[in-house]
Amino acid sequence: MFIIKLVLKNSVRHKLRTFLTILGVAIAVMSFGFMRTIVTAWSAGVQSSSENRMITRQAVSFIFPLPYSCLQQIQQIPGVTEVSYANWFGGVYKDAADWKNFFPRIAIDPETYLSVYPEFILPADQFAEFKKERNACIVGEKLAREHAFKLGDLIPIEGDIYPGRWEFVVRGIYRGKDQSTDETQMFFHWDYLNERMHVESPGREGLVGWYILSVHNAADMPRVAKAVDDRYQNSRSATKTETEREFQQSFVSMSSAIINSLEVVSYVIIGIILLVLANTIVMAARERTKEYAVLKTLGFSARHIVGLIAGESMFIASTGCVIGLGLTFPMAIGFAKAFPTFFPVFNVETITIILAVAVALFAGVVAALFPATRAVRMKIVDGLRSID
Amino acid sequence: MKIPLSYTWRSLWARRLTTSLTLGGIALVVFVFAAVLMLSHGVEQTMIDTGSDDNVIVLRRSANSELVSQIDRDAANMIGTNPAIATARDGKPVMSTEVMVIINLRKKETNDMGNISVRGVSPEALALRPQVKIVEGQMFRSGSHEIILGSSLAKRFQGTGIGEQIRFGDALWTVVGHFEAAGNGFESEIWGDVEQLMPAFGRPVFSSVTLKLRNAADYEAVKKQIESDPRTQYTELKREKVYYSEQSKLMSDFIKILGLVVTIIFSVGAVIGAMITMYAAVANRTVEIGTLRALGFQRRSILGAFLVESVFLAVIGGGTGVALAALLSFVRISTVNFGTFSELAFGFTLSPSIVVSAMIFSTLMGITGGFLPAVRASRMNILTALRSA
Repeated sequence: MFIIKLVLKNSVRHKLRTFLTILGVAIAVMSFGFMRTIVTAWSAGVQSSSENRMITRQAVSFIFPLPYSCLQQIQQIPGVTEVSYANWFGGVYKDAADWKNFFPRIAIDPETYLSVYPEFILPADQFAEFKKERNACIVGEKLAREHAFKLGDLIPIEGDIYPGRWEFVVRGIYRGKDQSTDETQMFFHWDYLNERMHVESPGREGLVGWYILSVHNAADMPRVAKAVDDRYQNSRSATKTETEREFQQSFVSMSSAIINSLEVVSYVIIGIILLVLANTIVMAARERTKEYAVLKTLGFSARHIVGLIAGESMFIASTGCVIGLGLTFPMAIGFAKAFPTFFPVFNVETITIILAVAVALFAGVVAALFPATRAVRMKIVDGLRSID
Repeated sequence: MKIPLSYTWRSLWARRLTTSLTLGGIALVVFVFAAVLMLSHGVEQTMIDTGSDDNVIVLRRSANSELVSQIDRDAANMIGTNPAIATARDGKPVMSTEVMVIINLRKKETNDMGNISVRGVSPEALALRPQVKIVEGQMFRSGSHEIILGSSLAKRFQGTGIGEQIRFGDALWTVVGHFEAAGNGFESEIWGDVEQLMPAFGRPVFSSVTLKLRNAADYEAVKKQIESDPRTQYTELKREKVYYSEQSKLMSDFIKILGLVVTIIFSVGAVIGAMITMYAAVANRTVEIGTLRALGFQRRSILGAFLVESVFLAVIGGGTGVALAALLSFVRISTVNFGTFSELAFGFTLSPSIVVSAMIFSTLMGITGGFLPAVRASRMNILTALRSA
């Protein structure tokens, strides 16, 4: 009890310094949390991928399409409960230089796509409207908010992969089932794309970007993947079938160099927390050399001295950590607001919080190590003699 | 009267541990600051160097990259007849009709898939891009299933050695040469004969046409001619340099914004570190300050001395940070470029302007961190300061 009281008294002796140190630790913890959130946001697609979906794409690269005729053949494969398909549309909305205008535009088969992706929730009346019109589209709630899209609005897109001018009418706004669902996409009819290709670029109709396979039993996945890929192995369009998780992971690992450097930066932050905290504790311990000597003379043991120094260090570190974590959430929300389509999903994960707490506690211990050993080893006489 | 600089210097030296902790904090922040700018500059520079001043690239209008652009053979032939295009010794225009696709290869280190650009080129491609030099093996022969690839690709991806075969587009392709291109974007590509690659990938049309102008000043005139010709009016001409720097914009902006957000937060931490140190310095030296005042030094001089001390600290820290960052120049990283959706190898590139910004940044940190403590020192009352011991 006595020690705790003394620790608290010691901490407020230099109010300004303690305040600044706590602030420093808080800011560092906040940026640590922020960096980790970016790292986790990067692989959000992997985490939100479903356990029972698989993706079949062209083996050489994602950019080559597969024939529409695969659809029925894949449906025949035992274990596959439902098959849907989609095409990456690309295109340019307004000014391409502004990131805000870059959002995924995907041509889908409405009925099957929304059935294999139950996490996209669309009101039944909107779904009916969407199905009725050739050039109708649905947009995610986040995307709709960002661009102020309302039902009935016209979205003009200048095609690049599919040249020409395209206009889509918003007939639905979908919500995500939970926080980790991507609400920044736009979907429209694959049939519409196909019809226009048939007329405008003969030879480019009947092509599908990738197939989405719904597999009832996850244990069937390796067998299904093999069955599909074997089926097309010697055809012009050899396929590569993988779980949705692997498929998403392959996109993440493309930018692994960036993720790695973000991780390195987050370690650098730990260094900064340590430096700020250690500086304060070293200073405080040096000023109190004489007091420690007095305490020792009075019969207090090394344990008490260590407790005093480490206690103060932990007190500052944990207070800073709590404030820093408190700041992480508004920071993450602010960032997600400022760049809504930058990361489709941007949430502070529990693991991030646990890591940040661990980092702060670690810094608290390490910062106290050096001054505490020095104080314990110090001879009482030297301590009493010290001037500072 | 000014307080001599040696006073500042010795004060810092007297509290070595605290000084070095603060210094370390500032150095780390400046290191990250400089590293981020270097990375962003590296991407830009790599892509800008990929283009040449007198080269012009023709794409479909509104296609932002070669990957989504389509130019048909008739239009390409039409473009080839333009008299402003430089001619080779044999009288042919220095022009390459190209096709661009992406294939997947596995990385040597991690076995992860990477996206690799495959560029089908015309025989004139080497005349068009003199910076590309075969360093090992030989050029592919036209009409064969031979390919050459950039040396930075060869270092990082499996199956890219000379004599090895890569399967894509329904055929096996033999690697016959490695080339270097002064570290620019081409070094991360695979090149082959366009007339072989197009049918292999089932592409009836080219992706782009790149041509060399006789005279770079003709650009505007040629652009107008080709873009207004009804047969080629669906195309758009861009200077090659401009095109490639656009391809890096998304990536370099991303790095810059993210990096600057981080460094700004970091710098607050470092400023606080400097502030703690300087407040402690002022508190420890109360008697000294009193003595200085008694000796006749002005408040202004005291303020100046402490401010200089803080700036000194920051500048040394900043210098250390920049020096550490400069070591990164030897590091090359490779990642997917958002603009082209394919692998690009690039390095941390230091430029004089980055050094200057880093030093200005650290000086600012020193001034912000040192100002309040310096004000406190200068406001001290002589008598109470002298008595405080």
